[in-house]
Amino acid sequence: MTGRLTVLAPGALSLVEDLGRPGWAHLGVGGSGAADRAALGLANRLVGNAPHAAALECAIGGLHLRFDDGAWFAVTGAWGDVTLDGEAVRPETATRARPGAELVLPTAAHGLRYVVGVRGGIAVPRVLGSRSRDTLAGLGPDPLAAGDALPIGDETAGAIPALDRLTAWAPVDDQVVAGLVPGPRADWFTDAARLALFETEWRVSPQSDRIGVRLDGPALERLVPGELASEGVVRGSVQVPPTGTPTVLLADHPVTGGYPVIAVVSGASIDAFAQLRPGQAVRFRHA
Amino acid sequence: MSTVAGDGARRILPSGEHAVLVECADADEVLGLHAALTASRPDGVVDLVPAARTVLVTVDPARIALETATSWIAHTATAPIDAVASEVVELPARYDGDDLTAAATTLGISVEELVAAHLGATWRVAFTGFAPGFGYLVSDDWPYDVPRLANPRTRVPAGAIGLAGAYSGVYPRESPGGWQLIGTTDAELWNPAADPPARLVPGGTVRFVRQEGES
Repeated sequence: MTGRLTVLAPGALSLVEDLGRPGWAHLGVGGSGAADRAALGLANRLVGNAPHAAALECAIGGLHLRFDDGAWFAVTGAWGDVTLDGEAVRPETATRARPGAELVLPTAAHGLRYVVGVRGGIAVPRVLGSRSRDTLAGLGPDPLAAGDALPIGDETAGAIPALDRLTAWAPVDDQVVAGLVPGPRADWFTDAARLALFETEWRVSPQSDRIGVRLDGPALERLVPGELASEGVVRGSVQVPPTGTPTVLLADHPVTGGYPVIAVVSGASIDAFAQLRPGQAVRFRHA
Repeated sequence: MSTVAGDGARRILPSGEHAVLVECADADEVLGLHAALTASRPDGVVDLVPAARTVLVTVDPARIALETATSWIAHTATAPIDAVASEVVELPARYDGDDLTAAATTLGISVEELVAAHLGATWRVAFTGFAPGFGYLVSDDWPYDVPRLANPRTRVPAGAIGLAGAYSGVYPRESPGGWQLIGTTDAELWNPAADPPARLVPGGTVRFVRQEGES
C-alpha cells in the first residue's frame, strides 16, 4: 500500500471497477468491469498505471474524496466542474493532490460516469481475480460509502506521461450514432422491425443502469412468436423483450438472456452507451 | 433445422464482433460440445457459455481471430455425454418448501411421489446462469414440467430448492425468484474464495439426499 483515500461522500453511485472478470461466465459470473472501458484505459494511462489497475467509477456525480497521503490522479469519462481544494481540475489531465487535499465531483455536465484513476490503483481485495463491483451479481467490493478508507496500490507501469494528451474532448451531448453488427436472432424480427432499428431516433430511458441502457421508441415487431430458451449474451447485445423496446446490455449484464438479440453494438461504439444521459437521442448505423 | 454433431455442419450464429453462438440439437449436445471445446480450447478463447440449446464462445480478438475460433468450433467433435466425467455432488435436502403441496397438486401426484422422484433422480448440471453458482439441473428420471410462479417472490432464501419447467435448481444465496420451492439444503453452493467457486459446474452430476432426522 502506498497511501490511502477516504470517501467523504459517495454521491449517487460510486464503485471500484477494473477490466472485470472474463473467463467465469460458465459458472454464471459475468464480465462486469468499468462501464466506459476507454475512460478507464485513459485514466490509467494518464497516471502511468498498468491497464488492469482499478479506478473509481462515479455515476452522475456527488463523490467527495480526501487524498490522505497525497497522490497523482486523473478524471476521465464524464465532464463537470471538478475541484481539488476548491481549485478547478482540468479533465483528462494527470494532477497532483497534496496530502489531505479534497476532490469533489459535482453533477456531470457532459456524459454520465466519471472515472477517477489514481496512480498505483485502488488496492481493495480481488474477488475471482478482479476488483470490479458487479451490481447484478453482488460480487466484488461494496459500493462506496462515507467513511470508507481505500488503499492505494503499486500497480504502476511507468512514469506519469509528460504530455499524454494535447486535446481532450467531452462526451457527446446531442445525438449519438452507434455502429451495429449482426446479432444471432435478427431473423426473429419482421423486415419492418429490422428497418425501424436503423431508422428510428431512439431516446435513452431513465430506467438504464450498468446492466443495460433501455431505449424508448417504436416496438420492434417479432416474426417468430414464443419464448426463446435462455442463451449466452455479450456486452453490447441489443435484446428485445416482449414490449418490443430494445435494451443495450452493458458491463453487468446477465450471463444468459431469454430475449432475442436482434443486433450487437460494435466494440468501437459500446463505451459511448456508458455515458448516455436519460432522454438523449441515439441512432444506429451499420458498422 | 438439423444440426449434425462435429462434422462442420453445426449452425453457428453471429453474436457481435467477438463472439459466436453455436446452436445444438438438445441439452446433451450442449454439454458434449461444451466439454469438447473446453478440452481443446485455443489460447485467446475467453468464455464458453453453455445454455439450454446453445454454447456461446467469446474470444479476445488480440489473441485469436473470430474466424479461427469459428473453424475450431466447426471441426470439434461433440464429446459423448457419458465421457463428460464428473464427480457426484450430493446435496442434503429437507422437503419443506412452501410450494411443495401446490407443485404436487399441479402435477397430479402426491407429495410423497414428488419427493421420491426428486430424491431418486440423477441430475446433471445442464448450464448455469441467473446468479453465480446457480445450476439448471436436468434429469432423464424427471418427467415433470412445473410452471413458474405467476408472481415471483421478491425474496427467496439461500439454499431453497426449486422447480421450474423441466429444471430443478438451488438458490445459491438470497435473491428474487419465480421457481416453485419444494425444499431446502444447507450445502454451500457458492464461495468466491473456493476453487472452483461454484459447487455445481456444467456437466456435473448431482443427487439430492434426504437430510437425517428430517421429514
